[in-house]
Amino acid sequence: MNLGVGSVVKTMSGASCSVSWKSGGSDKVSDQFPAGLRVLVVDDDPTCLMILEKMLRNCHYEVTKSNRAEHALSMLRENRNGFDIVISDVHMPDMDGFKLLEHVGLEMDLPVIMMSADDSKDVVMKGVTHGACDYLIKPVRIEALKNIWQHVIRKKKHELKDKDFDQSTSVEDGDQQQKPPEDVDYSSSANEGSWKSSKRRKEEDETEERDDLSTSKKPRVVWSVELHQQFVQAVNQLGIDKAVPKKILELMNVPGLTRENVASHLQKYRLYLRRLSGVSQHQNGLNNSFMGHPEATYGTMTSFNGLELQALAATGQLPAQSLATLQAAALGRSATKSAISMPLVDQRNLFSFENPKLRFSEGQQQLNNSNKQINLLHGIPTTMEPKQLADLHQSSQSFVAMNMQGNARMQQNNALLMHMSQQQQQSSRAQMLNETNNGQVSRPPLSMSQPAAVLSRNSIVDNVRGPIYNPVSQTSSMVDFSLNQTTELQNNSFPLVSSNSGMSTLTSKRLLLEEVNSDIKGSRGFPPGYDIFEELQQQKTPDWGLPNIGSNFGASDHSSIPGTLDVSPSMLVQQGISSMKKNGLNGNSPIGGPQLNLFSGGNLLPVKAEQLPDTSYQNTFFPEQFGQDDLMSALLKQQESVGQVETEFGFDGYSPLDNLPV
Amino acid sequence: MERNNNLHRQVASLRQSLFDQGYVEEQFIELEELQDDATPNFVEEVVTLFYNYSARLIHNIDQSLEEHPLDFAKLDNFMHQFKGSSSSIGAKKVKIECTQFMEYCRARNVEG
Repeated sequence: MNLGVGSVVKTMSGASCSVSWKSGGSDKVSDQFPAGLRVLVVDDDPTCLMILEKMLRNCHYEVTKSNRAEHALSMLRENRNGFDIVISDVHMPDMDGFKLLEHVGLEMDLPVIMMSADDSKDVVMKGVTHGACDYLIKPVRIEALKNIWQHVIRKKKHELKDKDFDQSTSVEDGDQQQKPPEDVDYSSSANEGSWKSSKRRKEEDETEERDDLSTSKKPRVVWSVELHQQFVQAVNQLGIDKAVPKKILELMNVPGLTRENVASHLQKYRLYLRRLSGVSQHQNGLNNSFMGHPEATYGTMTSFNGLELQALAATGQLPAQSLATLQAAALGRSATKSAISMPLVDQRNLFSFENPKLRFSEGQQQLNNSNKQINLLHGIPTTMEPKQLADLHQSSQSFVAMNMQGNARMQQNNALLMHMSQQQQQSSRAQMLNETNNGQVSRPPLSMSQPAAVLSRNSIVDNVRGPIYNPVSQTSSMVDFSLNQTTELQNNSFPLVSSNSGMSTLTSKRLLLEEVNSDIKGSRGFPPGYDIFEELQQQKTPDWGLPNIGSNFGASDHSSIPGTLDVSPSMLVQQGISSMKKNGLNGNSPIGGPQLNLFSGGNLLPVKAEQLPDTSYQNTFFPEQFGQDDLMSALLKQQESVGQVETEFGFDGYSPLDNLPV
Repeated sequence: MERNNNLHRQVASLRQSLFDQGYVEEQFIELEELQDDATPNFVEEVVTLFYNYSARLIHNIDQSLEEHPLDFAKLDNFMHQFKGSSSSIGAKKVKIECTQFMEYCRARNVEG
């Protein structure tokens, strides 16, 4: 595509081939990939800018540099398809690097790499949470730049997969993108070059065929915030279970939107919701902050909450379980709240939904990739922990069993909660409580889950942190989390707010636990809520544990939360969710392991969470059910001896986690 | 010819001493490698650019050091920028000093 556009391509050959290859729409990779990759570099330091430009040119990329973020953004907007990847510095005078990152992710959905001389974990975590594909430490070495093309491919692959999930050409696209006919210059592509050129022939034919098909395909739809809002409204109206693309399309009544667009977006949204459910804790925190927001927000949030929670539950196995527990704990009301916030966040997150998910899978080993989401979680300041503990105490008792289930989710939730609670500390809490109370009782599972999550978290935390975590305190702390989190997340974290509320409800609703427990089983419909809470709760504790564990996540969670607030809500949530999930699941195996272990002897959650970001949201529901039981038992056990529980679970859970595909 | 050789040797030893004294580090080598026929004076350009940029930065730092009370956050920011560019060109000592300065800023250590 680049070739076709006439951009200067340093490597030549293949020119004739590329001419014939007119990528249908979204393929912007030239045939000589990775050569000719169009990079936009943004940095206020001219020295660095120059060095990067030189390095990138040496890699045969096309470089455009800018030392002002605003200018870079306008360039990107003018020429949406003009760049393949963006490299940006973190500290810039005119605009924060993370903000730019968010904008790019939301509007253009391009892979963004962050750089900084600052290599502290919390900043890196923040980068990951905000959706950065990668994070480079200055001084940047040329080897690091040589491989940035992988992010472009990965992103394109995911985009294609989502966009064309009902088309079988995505794989072809991916292949095509990766076939530079002759890039022997690059060590990385040296091997690829030969087989790619042999493949090219065949693929070219396919491409051409595809091109014909793709010409009839609509160009990539950019899901703007308004469009997404419409989408979410339509989904809520229909009910998450009944939301089929066709009906959504009709409801939305947007000209030019195809069923496929809606379908792929719906898929993403479901995943997002699932993640949110796992991150319900965060949401709780967010909800808290959100409490300060006008009622209107709540209203919208509530509607979303249900859907989102469900979606989240569906998408995030772990979250689902945690949500259930959370919901149970939170009396449902909070769950609704959290659900609301989640949807909001989810919506935003959906935008960058893919990114976080992608990120995680990509960079599990790297903080960059996965931390984005996790950052949300990690962002939670450690201060939350003490508070959370207190809260958790109350709710955790009843949810011990629940915690068991939602370990994975809880971890996430905990992380979220932690973040959330930190942010939103007080104002949101009060509001959330009120709101959650008004919320639907249908969310009982949430409340249940929350306490459970809290407990589980506590247990985890205990492992990591120490004594403070009483299972009981978990619930309380969870509430705190939500509160805290909400403060920070006010801007963007609608969902968070809801989660906070969920959290607060947890504490207040211990009583409901019983009701909830029974409800949980019965009310599968609210899994999302559960998940959210559970996740939140879980996350909270996990977060605590995380810092203790020393994983990056923990630290970054805390720090990232504040940072993430600036980020659009969606980003935060996504990041949080993804990070939480990731934390729980993989990347942070050290952290995730213990956390998961604590909660559940096993595992369904962790395993599932990892595996399925996309497809299995439905599966999460099931685990929830028996997860709850486990949680209850887990909680009980936890109460008795947190330490013991932790250790027991920790190891058991570990293995599944370890096996989880990153 | 002899003079050329001599000059070369001097330059080489000067360069080596820069490394030995810890003024520059590996990153500098990378920079040198970047230089090629297409841009023969790359390293020179970059270093010049660095000098310009850091001169400005130092001036700013001086100014803010004059202020009372000291704005540590601002100083920290300056230091961070300085650190970034100095590490990009491989100016090791400068980078270390920057890091130390930042430590002092964090500790609000005026003397430092």
